[in-house]
Amino acid sequence: MSTYTEPLWEVFVRPARGLSHMHVGSLRASDAEMAVLSARDLYTRRSEGVSIWAVRSTDIASSDPAERGEFFETAATKPYRHASHYHVPDGLNL
Amino acid sequence: MFEEIVQTGGQIEPSDWMPDKYRASLSRQIAQHAHSEIIGMQPEGAWITRAPSLRRKAILLAKVQDEAGHGLYLYGAAETLGTDRAEMLEGLHSGRHKYAMSFDYGMPTWGDVAAMGWLGDGAAIVNQVPLARCSYGPYARAMVRVCKEESFHQRQGFEAMQALVAGTPQQRQMAQDALDRWWWPALMLFGPPDDASPRTADSMRWGIKRYTNDELRQRFVDMAAAQADVLGLTIPDPALRLREDGHCDFTLMDLEEFTANLRGEGPYATQRRDHRRAAHQDGAWVREAMQAYDDRVVAAREAS
Repeated sequence: MSTYTEPLWEVFVRPARGLSHMHVGSLRASDAEMAVLSARDLYTRRSEGVSIWAVRSTDIASSDPAERGEFFETAATKPYRHASHYHVPDGLNL
Repeated sequence: MFEEIVQTGGQIEPSDWMPDKYRASLSRQIAQHAHSEIIGMQPEGAWITRAPSLRRKAILLAKVQDEAGHGLYLYGAAETLGTDRAEMLEGLHSGRHKYAMSFDYGMPTWGDVAAMGWLGDGAAIVNQVPLARCSYGPYARAMVRVCKEESFHQRQGFEAMQALVAGTPQQRQMAQDALDRWWWPALMLFGPPDDASPRTADSMRWGIKRYTNDELRQRFVDMAAAQADVLGLTIPDPALRLREDGHCDFTLMDLEEFTANLRGEGPYATQRRDHRRAAHQDGAWVREAMQAYDDRVVAAREAS
């Protein structure tokens, strides 16, 4: 018997206008059209979304989890990028 | 890193390093959980055409569809651990994997559908709410969605019980009989008692489980006892008694029956797996067609 399994898709749902699409999970589907239809049935049965993106999992490029430390390190050493780094005189609206 | 995250209640994500035993244990648990959802569709699915009203039919359809959805969320979560989906299905079909064997009991009346929703899904919520905080991110996130939906399942079951107890004496008796049949299978959903649960210690240490089987069973009995009072029904346990500290004394399910069920000897165990296998075999031509189409697309791409 064929053990064929459909390719894996990652599903992103926009919960409402004005919000970004968010990753909600994955599913298996034979093609893009089926992926979007299945995503509707699987992830928006209770009006959780107004728009769906489905992306083949193998098409996602990602940072290397093993190099997380050094990869994101530069941001950690620049506190002056945050407003909270600066002293504002008391009572002043700035 | 792993130990630190797990000990502080943080979450492990798929790309993180994790001990092999953690991966194996989670993979087993999530696959079994998924199988339970899929097998659980069978006894209720069989009642869809016989639901007593259009409203009840629509509700039951939605519930069974949710269970398919829960199975799929969970298979997806297990796949993030590198567990192959075809292999999980093979495990279910061959009997190598277990599922919640409470579904191996029959549902002879509409009352059973009501009682299963009330007690079975009620027990599932007690089990699953803490899992929404478990240490594996994809499992926890799937549980958040599952719990939201499970709450509808329990309430519709309780409401169906209320309708029966408010009906004719025969309907009331149907509700009581269904409670008598489903009380013990509901207790079994929490698994073996703590002193006979070899994996509990590891699961607790790794933050997969937050409470032991017995703690969760107690929580369920306390709530169900109060709910049965509202229905005016009697839980079939003469030893059940509310203590002064607000918790109930109760009798554990028959452990011989429980372990026989675990060995796959439940009344409908053979039928459930056979039915699942047949459904899979009947769909073989679809998988073959998809495979053939896929091969053609790949061949065309390589030729161009």
